[in-house]
Amino acid sequence: MRDDSSPIASGTCASGAVDVDYDEIVERVAYDFGVSRRSFVGLLGAGLLVAASLPAAAQERGRRSRASGARNIGARIHLGVDGTITVLSGKVEGGQGARTELSQAAAEELGVPVSRVQMILCITSAVPDDGGTYGSGTSPRTVPAVRQAAAAVRGLLISYAAKQWQIESASIQVRDGKAMDPDGKRSIAYADLAKSDEGVKLLQTAIPQDVQLIPVKEWKTLGTAVLRPDRRDIVTGAHKFPSDISRPGMLYGKVMRPPAFGARLESVDLAPAKAMKDVVVVGGDQFVGVAASNTAIAEKALEAVAPTAKWVSTTHNISSNLLYDYLQENVRNPLPPNPFASDSKTDSDGKPAAATSLRRTYHVPYIQHAPLEPRVAVAEWNGDKLTVWTATQNPFGVRNELAGAFHLPLENISVAVPDFGAGFGGKHTGECAVEAARLAKEAGKPVSLRWSREEEFTWAYFRPAAVIQVEATLDAGKIATWHFININSGQSAMESPYAITKKKSDYVASIPPLRHGSYRALAATANNFARETFMDELAALAGKDPLEFRLAHLDNSRLRAVLEKAAAEFKWKSRAAEKNAKNSNVGFGLACGTEKGSYVAACAEVALDPKNQKIKVTRVSQAFECGAILNPANLLSQVQGAIIMGLGAVLREETQFEDGQITNASFKKYQVPRFDDVPELDVHLINRPDLSSAGAGETPLIAIAPAVANAVFQATGKSVTALPIRVGGA
Amino acid sequence: MATETTIHFSVNGTAHTVTTDPKRSLLEVLREDLQLTGTKYGCGEGQCRACTVLIDGESANSCLTDVGDVDKREVLTIEGLAHGDKLDPIQEAMMEEGAFQCGYCTAGMIMGLAGVLKKNPRASEAEVMKEMQHHLCRCCSYVKYRSAIRRVLSPNRKDLK
Repeated sequence: MRDDSSPIASGTCASGAVDVDYDEIVERVAYDFGVSRRSFVGLLGAGLLVAASLPAAAQERGRRSRASGARNIGARIHLGVDGTITVLSGKVEGGQGARTELSQAAAEELGVPVSRVQMILCITSAVPDDGGTYGSGTSPRTVPAVRQAAAAVRGLLISYAAKQWQIESASIQVRDGKAMDPDGKRSIAYADLAKSDEGVKLLQTAIPQDVQLIPVKEWKTLGTAVLRPDRRDIVTGAHKFPSDISRPGMLYGKVMRPPAFGARLESVDLAPAKAMKDVVVVGGDQFVGVAASNTAIAEKALEAVAPTAKWVSTTHNISSNLLYDYLQENVRNPLPPNPFASDSKTDSDGKPAAATSLRRTYHVPYIQHAPLEPRVAVAEWNGDKLTVWTATQNPFGVRNELAGAFHLPLENISVAVPDFGAGFGGKHTGECAVEAARLAKEAGKPVSLRWSREEEFTWAYFRPAAVIQVEATLDAGKIATWHFININSGQSAMESPYAITKKKSDYVASIPPLRHGSYRALAATANNFARETFMDELAALAGKDPLEFRLAHLDNSRLRAVLEKAAAEFKWKSRAAEKNAKNSNVGFGLACGTEKGSYVAACAEVALDPKNQKIKVTRVSQAFECGAILNPANLLSQVQGAIIMGLGAVLREETQFEDGQITNASFKKYQVPRFDDVPELDVHLINRPDLSSAGAGETPLIAIAPAVANAVFQATGKSVTALPIRVGGA
Repeated sequence: MATETTIHFSVNGTAHTVTTDPKRSLLEVLREDLQLTGTKYGCGEGQCRACTVLIDGESANSCLTDVGDVDKREVLTIEGLAHGDKLDPIQEAMMEEGAFQCGYCTAGMIMGLAGVLKKNPRASEAEVMKEMQHHLCRCCSYVKYRSAIRRVLSPNRKDLK
């Protein structure tokens, strides 16, 4: 599905897949600072290529990433003769816990305390390519890869000791980083292995596929509540986030942005900035930027040239109030007809009989990732070698973007990713790294470029907006047919998990008016919102309780288990029974779903204030199951955070735009959740040590929106068909 | 270009003299001139409070404070909160609770809480949370932050569990 005519497509890495992308949507900014400028460069506005003018070829949808991982033990684990143990991974840490869980994985198999493991996360020139940090891939794929390599090292230590002592391997145990003989008298440490000629040789051999991993029931480190290894540096301010990287002689950059999406720079006068002392100015038909000894000077330089810029619009700029019409009018393929249309019971006029069929259209807007650390990169050239420190979830992809933009071989580029200030699927691309490198090249000095909040809110990409159409029929109180169409936002969790004989789901791409991309849980949130909200309307139509209605359609035992757990903890049945007589401004709702191998259900209580048209989510019970739990403390943080983050999109979040200009590009106008949005929250983690571990950073997000929507539906009796949810008045 | 001014101020007990445009933000001068990068940029509009520092003991958004306005004043940043190796109880609580996820808002949270308690060491939980309401955590790690805040308040408090 990737199009190799894209300039970015060349030079991607390696075979031997260990990682699979789940429908990641990536729209890269196709910067080209090489000698052979491509014709489409002329379409660009300064600063960023925007979605509306982006050739379809440059979009990489559903791309299968091929990451090589580590083949040799030494590429994954380094044993120092001084006893240090260094583990290498191409994953990155943006708050989701990769550093902690990968450290646990290595420590478990090596038989050492987790504090003994030094974990080096992504420096592309030094670590194996473990694929991007997205798609909930670290737990199911990278944790096992690290365990496998660490177990292989443990095996080498044991066989080395067996040889030295002339005893059976099976009689040797590894404790606290040492192989012990059966009497506990002799020991050989990892450092001894590293010092031996034989060890050095063996550590460079391929990681065997058949190593014995520590069984879950014997875990001592995995499965426990290990806290983030670098937590002390976080609370003292000592940790260097990408924003905090400083290099000798470093300058601070700023880049000129277009006034609106699709605006193209006709001309600009750079002279006012060039006249300023010690300011580096870069100007071309696709990029205008400056760098100076501090940000204030750089801002002044940019302010001096910006008024001279002349722009023309290259696209039909729409506004958010027309978004859903636009997406429907611009579908790339006609909407597939309902294949079960003839099953609908019809009345004498041939219209669907109202009592047994239902059809709804749902709207989900563009929303922001809004990581608290905006895009940032520090770039430093040494001849034709380039080093970049940046915040990205896709370091090897950023390396490829840099190679494409500057026409460099991959080996000339190193991308380092210090633990950064969150991504939520919003940092898959490398435009900021390319911009910093362009400025640094001109300056002949390292340049730090940090986007402002407004830039992040405008020129980063958004979670795709969706129009979703659902149509179903009932027969004897059960769903007989089901047809679901997602327009534009994606296929994640689009298939209904319910047992319905005649069901079909379709995804239809549209032409997105804004630059969109991946997001925590991708389209699973939109698809679950539509499906689960529709389920409650069907339950009402069938005269059934929403819990009973779902369970009657649910064969999947893992999904049933989380639904029953959440409902029990919420006391769903007794609350549902007392509901009718009570205050109609209070409502209860539930929802469930599955995605990327994990399972979630949520029950929510809302209190409505119809006069002020406000919804307060007062209580949430959520059950979550992702196989064997790797770290219960980290998992709890992920689940709690996902629920509260999800509430933002339920209650308020919506990117607004007018004629191609984002009109709420600030935290003041775009209100994300704060402390007082936190409901009474109980989270129930179901551990399944008998099952392999699935990722858990995303799926906990997908049940809260429909649970709240269903609570509002229950309280008001009115269908909820759009996010954010509005009550009363308009 | 604005006229440069010489500003004398103290940061974490160390005297600094900076000659620069007095309209630059304190945040920028801390980070770019003094290399004190523990204080973070999050929004530049006083909405997220990742940039919180104490100025003469009172919490302030360093992104909205002109460096010229701290002339002859005392600034405390996250780097100056611990006493040598001994962390402040707020730092201890945040660490032990595993309160943060990415940790980018943490310095601001800690300094914000330090500011409230400096103003009123007997502040009620409600009073504290009213102030903390201004602090954004995009990982939405609010439940564990609240637990950490309660941990800080509890030693001297009878009305908390």
